[in-house]
Order: sequence, then structure tokens, then C-alpha cells
Amino acid sequence: MTTAGIPVLTKKDFQTDQEVRWCPGCGDYAILSAVQSVFAELGIPREKFVVVSGIGCSSRLPYYVNTFGFHTIHGRAPAIATGVKMTNPELDVWVATGDGDSLSIGGNHTIHMLRRNLGVKVLMFNNRIYGLTKGQYSPTSELGKKAKSTPFGSLDRPFNPISLAIGAEATFVARSVDVFQPHLRATLKKAAAHKGSAYIEILQNCNIFNDGAWTTLTEKEVRSEHVIELEHGKPLIFGKNRDKGIRRRGLELEIVQVGSGASEADVIVHDETVENPAYSFMISQMEQMPGFPTPIGTFRSVGLPRYEDIARQQVLDVIAKRGKGSLDKLLRAGDTWEVK
Amino acid sequence: MSTITAPPVAEAPPRNRRTIDKAVIRFAGDSGDGMQITGSQFTNTAALYGNDLATFPDFPAEIRAPAGTLPGVSGFQIHFASTDVWTPGDAVDVLVAMNPAALKMNIADLKKNGILIVNTDNFKEGDLRKAQMTANPLEDHSLDAYRLFAVELTKLTRAALQELGLDAKSMDRCKNFFALGMCYWLYNRPMDSTYRWLEDKFSKKPLLVEANKRAMRAGYSYCEATEAFFESYEIPPAKLTPGLYRNISGNTALALGFVAASQQAAVPVFLGSYPITPASDILHEMSMYKDFGVMTFQAEDEIAAVTSAIGASYAGALGITTTSGPGMALKTEALGLAVAVELPLVVCDIQRGGPSTGLPTKTEQADLLQALYGRNSEAPIPVLAAATPGDCFWLALEASRIAIKYMVPVIALSDGYLANGAEPWRIPSSADLPKFPVSFAKNPDGFMPYKRDAETLARPWAIPGTAGLEHRIGGIEKQDVTGNINYEPLNHEKMVRLRAAKVKAIAQEIPDVVPAGDPEGDLVIVGWGSTFGPITAAVNAQRAKGRRIGHVHLRYLNPLAHNLGTVLSRYKQVLVAEMNMGQLLMVLRAKYLVDAIGLNKIQGKPFLQSEIEAKIQELIS
Repeated sequence: MTTAGIPVLTKKDFQTDQEVRWCPGCGDYAILSAVQSVFAELGIPREKFVVVSGIGCSSRLPYYVNTFGFHTIHGRAPAIATGVKMTNPELDVWVATGDGDSLSIGGNHTIHMLRRNLGVKVLMFNNRIYGLTKGQYSPTSELGKKAKSTPFGSLDRPFNPISLAIGAEATFVARSVDVFQPHLRATLKKAAAHKGSAYIEILQNCNIFNDGAWTTLTEKEVRSEHVIELEHGKPLIFGKNRDKGIRRRGLELEIVQVGSGASEADVIVHDETVENPAYSFMISQMEQMPGFPTPIGTFRSVGLPRYEDIARQQVLDVIAKRGKGSLDKLLRAGDTWEVK
Repeated sequence: MSTITAPPVAEAPPRNRRTIDKAVIRFAGDSGDGMQITGSQFTNTAALYGNDLATFPDFPAEIRAPAGTLPGVSGFQIHFASTDVWTPGDAVDVLVAMNPAALKMNIADLKKNGILIVNTDNFKEGDLRKAQMTANPLEDHSLDAYRLFAVELTKLTRAALQELGLDAKSMDRCKNFFALGMCYWLYNRPMDSTYRWLEDKFSKKPLLVEANKRAMRAGYSYCEATEAFFESYEIPPAKLTPGLYRNISGNTALALGFVAASQQAAVPVFLGSYPITPASDILHEMSMYKDFGVMTFQAEDEIAAVTSAIGASYAGALGITTTSGPGMALKTEALGLAVAVELPLVVCDIQRGGPSTGLPTKTEQADLLQALYGRNSEAPIPVLAAATPGDCFWLALEASRIAIKYMVPVIALSDGYLANGAEPWRIPSSADLPKFPVSFAKNPDGFMPYKRDAETLARPWAIPGTAGLEHRIGGIEKQDVTGNINYEPLNHEKMVRLRAAKVKAIAQEIPDVVPAGDPEGDLVIVGWGSTFGPITAAVNAQRAKGRRIGHVHLRYLNPLAHNLGTVLSRYKQVLVAEMNMGQLLMVLRAKYLVDAIGLNKIQGKPFLQSEIEAKIQELIS
């Protein structure tokens, strides 16, 4: 049933008949649920959605969403998505990927897609482990991680996915959490509205191979101390009593007690639209400092043309200037001669 | 349209003008001497004059090796004639050597009593040392076997340009046009088309246009006025099939073929590509065709190049990717995906010397087995190969047609020699090209992502944006018809066999092999790719001596023509001449249980006609 051409869809319209094969208790179920709900609310006809994925548990998502879907190869979803969008810019393309798929083998394609500002929304399910291949450490695993391939502890520092995306100057970078459903849905909706690349890190729990990776953030008792919600135009305040603020001192951040010694005026007011990536980069680095909370929400949201639009426009501009090409004229270009 | 105007002739010593039927010129110099331009210009002029021709540009891999050194030598060979030309020529009639290094690298190929033009201004001690020569060949009688013309090319060029007020370096850059002018005189060629080219290329720098024109005329006049040049040659136009002609290189023909395919299929074309020698020109060329709606994308790497093309096909364009050997290797996994999801895709491999980085600017045809088998598991892909530069047009068109009709990735093989070599090409009219309009799936009733066409075994092309056709595809093995993920043993075998059968089904459209030369006899030579020219020339020459030889040149390498085995059986011996270690040889021996023999040259250069003739003589004594 439609009203004035806009389809009225429900979550059910986006469910497939395929048996979902994730482990019971996997955080991916929650993400799937949020995606199906949000898709229904966007006012976009179902046939316009395309979900492209790589390889990993994350990348099974397309099979469970009743839209066009393409389950491709490890790390290459952004490149596939580039071809899709450049061919049909009107499609609404979402990439489902994971910490290994997007930041290990797919690292190169990720940063180039972001730098081009391709109009796709990337859902990066970060469970800090390789789940599908049963438990190797990933580029986001903590230093010293004991896993299947690193029994004595991993030796490499992890990527900070938000910092990396901002480093590639992505125009929309956000983080949410699988179990924070309202926040996740709101973040997805915001990303859906963004023109250009939207990189969303979704903290996800793999209860089989890396259970509890995010409990310090998600456990009800400690959540408010360990998580800070970024809201555009609002001060960076967190804590159970909402009495801790983030203040900038030079290039460093510090936590101040609001009320005693510092007023709310000292606290940074979050601005996701700052052009200079240095601001959002600084905010993204916060969680790595002892005592600081982990930010969730939108770090950066700036406006730039979408790659597929300027590519299309360039073609149209040439046609407008030269007229549509004639094949016969093209074949006969340059010096020709007649043999009688 | 070209007009042939008579060049200026002042008072001249008595001249002998001899009509001959062919000539081979090689221009050789330092990379910075403009030998490629000189060669291309002569080629263009010869083509417009009506000669049949074949060219062989031979340049080094480095952008600019130290001036005057042996690795820096760049050459351009053209064979032009009033008869059919099949090869760039085994031996050279005229060698233009701009410095000692060029002389050293090329003198062995100059015929006895051939014309040797050298630039004496570049034969100083320093130049000789750079070429690792101890004695000066111009003085030690080592060149007595040739007709040597020692010309103060640099000095004469500067003299011709002195009024123009250019600095010495700029004047010296025109000396290649002096050499060109000399060759134009030698072969009685007009200079119009080169004038036009200069006017176009240097349209913003009229001084350079004038300088190069003067240098060219000076070279021409020099020969005219110098008694030493007592003989010039006339090579009349060849009797080509009537029609409108242009000169074309393989890479250009490929690019044009894809534009044609786009029109004939009424589907947009998307090229995802990454720069790699010798394929980059295709990307450059196609990026100019925006007025045809062609979308080109320089991807971040070879894998993004092919995967973006796959994504484009998924969304309803014809996805194309172009590369050379090392890039093909990188695309392997993605090709497997294309096979599994059964989407149209054209992958062009412009082969070059390998392995690894190998010889980027030298030709080879050693990627055949990679094209046929280079995927994990059973992933059959149709493989086509062009035989001449102009044939690359057909290659692009036919590869695209098959990809669309059978919903399959197709590998199109060319090589460095075809890519950069040129020949006259009879321009087809778009009305004469086959039409193969795409029909996307539209009807949701009874739609299944892997429901196959009875004749082609192709699945429907159902693109995103089509209401009611929402479905998921992927690399995991799937159930036939429904496309749902399926790991069942019998289903897997069924799918493996279906994908193989689909590629085999293409054979129903491949014309029967008809050998050139004798339909049966003592020997058949089988070739593919750019060996077409030398094999044809060799077979013609040997048949003229009474030998009964056939020549089969394959353009479809997978599947093979239905009657190939039967044809091979009609000859006493089968010889496969290839620029690799025996790849087609292995395929033919395995498939037809025939005791075929190989002639294998892997030197980064095409076969010489004489090399193939020698083998024929060895086999049929």
C-alpha cells in the first residue's frame, strides 16, 4: 500500500525465508533486526536497496535481508559497491563488513572508497576477532591478545577504526553498539540520510570466540562511566551523575569535574560538522587514554559531493559539450583513405 | 581526406627511381630521440599512400635510461609493401641509427648492402664509450658491407632552424624530423599528413610546428641535393579489398570494439582498470569516450579494477577490465566469483614477457594456461584471442557478445606486439555489425535467479532496481534454479558440471575451422594470437616451393571449434608455433591425443618468417 508513491513497508517486508545461521546469542541478530526496521522506515522502495558484503559472519547479512544482495569476496565489498553505484547512482547501497574484512584484507578498498566519498553506508561489525574462521586475532584486537594464531599474545597494536576512517577523511563516521538498539537505529537512520560515504563501526559481541569484548561498555552498572554519547551541539558530559566533562587543553583532552573547579562552559561542545578532521580525530583518540570513556554517536558529518554523482556529471558535461558520440564517426576518426 | 602533393624539387643531380614491391625501415635511437614518433609518422604516411604494412615498435621498459646507453635504445620497424604484408619484416633494408648504441643494438639485422644512415654528430668519443665501443665503426671499415650515409644530422638540423631563435636543445629535438624527411625522399612520399599532425599536436606552439616542418624539409632536400643519394624507391599502393581504411593499433581497436559493443548491446559499458604496461592505453583511450556514455574508473589496484567491473555488471552495465599478466594473476579470485555468480564480464590480458615483472615492453604469449585454468577449483572461462591489430576490434565485440549471451566472464587475449603494432584496417560500418541487445529480467512471475535458458544455460540478468526480483547471489555454492546456499554433494557436482556445460555450449556458435593453405597434407601449423603474421608468411613461402602445408589459426581457445580434431587428423604432422614453452601444444596433445610438435620462441620478440620456414624445412625434408 502506498501513499503518494512512497511505499509503506514494515520490518517483515525485509525478512527472508532463509534460516538464520548465526550462533545463538550472536550480536549480529540485533544488528539484523535494527537494519530491517530502519530499512522499512526510510521511504525507499524495496527494490532500490542493495546490500553488498565481503566474507565473515558479518557478511552473511545480505541473505537475511529481503532486498537485492551480493555476497562477494573477502575485503572487496567496497570495490564491488563502487561499480554498482557508478552504474546506478539511484540505488541505496549498504555494505556489511567486519573488522577483518574491512580493515585487514579490505583496508585498501576501505580507505579509497572513503576518500572518494562513494555514497554507500558501511556497517562494520567489530567483534575484535575472526569469528567465521574460528578465533584468530584481528586488526582491532587488543595488543597481547591470546587467540588461535597468537597463543603467546599478539604483537601488533590495533587500528582505531574511527581514527582510520577520519584519517581517510570520511565524510560521515559514527559508532554504535549491537545491544544499544535505540541508539543503533538512530545512527543507521542518520547514516541513511547522509550524502556520501557513511562509515559506522558497530561494536558487536561474538559470544563464541570473543565473549565479553565490550562488556565494560555495555554492562548496565558501568555503562555511564565508560561510554560518552556524542550529540551535536551538546557538551561532552558523561558519568552516572553526569558530572564529568571533557575539556581541551592545547592538543590534549582532560576530564574535569563539572561543578567543582570547572563549569559547563569549559567543556567541549561537540560539533560533528567541523571541516578540519583534527577535531574529530582527537575525539576518536579519547578512548585510548586511561580513565577516558569510549565515545559513541556521530564523530564527523560533513558535506561533499558523492563520487558516483560527479562521475556521472562529468559524462553528462562531455555529452552536453560535444553531443552524443557517433560510432561511425569515431571509427573513421583521424586520417583515412579510400581503396577503390 | 588526404591529397598527395609533389614535394618541392630544385635543381637536382641525375636520379634513379626504382619501383620495388616492399621495404623494411628501422628507426633506432635513444629514448629521447623521438624514434617512436618518427616511425608512427612514416607509418601513417605509408598507410595513406595505400601500402599494406605492419609495424613493430620496440621500446625499453625504463622511462628514460641514461642518454646514449645500450638499455636506452628505442626502435621502430615498419614493413610496407605493394603486396600483402604479414610481418614487420625479418631483415631490414634501411637502418637509421641516431647514435652508436642504436647502431650496436640493431646492425645485425640490417641486410647486406642495406642503407645505413647515421648521425655522425652523435658518434663522438663520449657516445662511443656509452655504447661500450672502443673503436669508431665509421672509421674502421666494419660497416663496409652496407651503403653507409654518414650525415651531420644535428649540425644540419641546427643550420635549417637557425633563423627561428630556438635554443640548441629545442633545435636538436627536431633532428628526428630531419631523418624522417630523408626517408620520405628515399621512398618518394608526401609530407602532408605529417604537416597536419604537427599543426595539430603543437597547435599552441606554432614555432615548434615551423621548426619541425623545416627540419623535415631540410632532410628531404639534403637527399635531393646530395649525389650520394642517387637512387630512390617507389613502392606502389597495395591491392587491398576496396573500402575505407585507417591505420590502427591493437589497443585502439580493442577500445573501439568496446564502444561498438556498448552500442550493439544497447547497454552502458563500465571499464575498471589499473595502469599496467602494455594495457594502459586502453584505459586512456576509453576515458576519452564519455560522449558515448562510457564510464571509466581508474581503480586503486587490479583487484578493485575487476571487482568494480563485476559490481557494474551486477547493476546492469557491461563490466570490462584490462590488464597484463601480473594483473591477471591478481584478479584470479574475483574471476572465480564471476564464474560462481554467472555475470557478464570481459577481462583483457595484453600479454607481455614474464614471469613476475618480466619484460614489460616486450611481447610474449605465455598466459594461455593461466587464462584457461588459472583459478582455484573448477572455474571454466571462455577464452578468445586476436590474430592481428585490427582483429582486436572483433575480439572486443565477440567477447562482449558471448559474455552477455551466456552470462559468463570471458577472457580476451592480446599481446604487446598487437597492442602497439599497427596495420591498415578496413573500417566497418556500424550497420554491418551484429546486434545483440540485452534483455534484462522484468517479470516477477516464476522468476528464479538461476533458472537457465535451455540453449545457452545462461541465468537471467536481473538487476537491482527491478521491483519483484529481489534476490541474493554470492560466491558460496548454490542450489540450481533457486540460487539458495546449498552444500549438498550431488548439487555441487551438478553445478560444477552445469558451469562447464555452459562454456562448452558456446562451441555451437563457433564456425568450423577452415585451414588456410592445403586442407590436408604433410604438415599443419597451428597458431593463436600474434603469430598469425609470421606463420602466414612462412606457409605462403613454403607452399610456393611446392610443399603441402595447412595453417590453422585459432581465435577461440576455449571452447575449441567442434571440428578441430578432425582437421588436425588430415595432416601427417602437427606443428604448434608459440611464444611460450608449449601451452597450446599441451592442450591439443591432451585433448586430441595427437603427437604435435612445438616451435617455441620466448625472447620477447615475434617470430621471424625465416625461423618458421626453417622448422618447416626440418620437418618436411
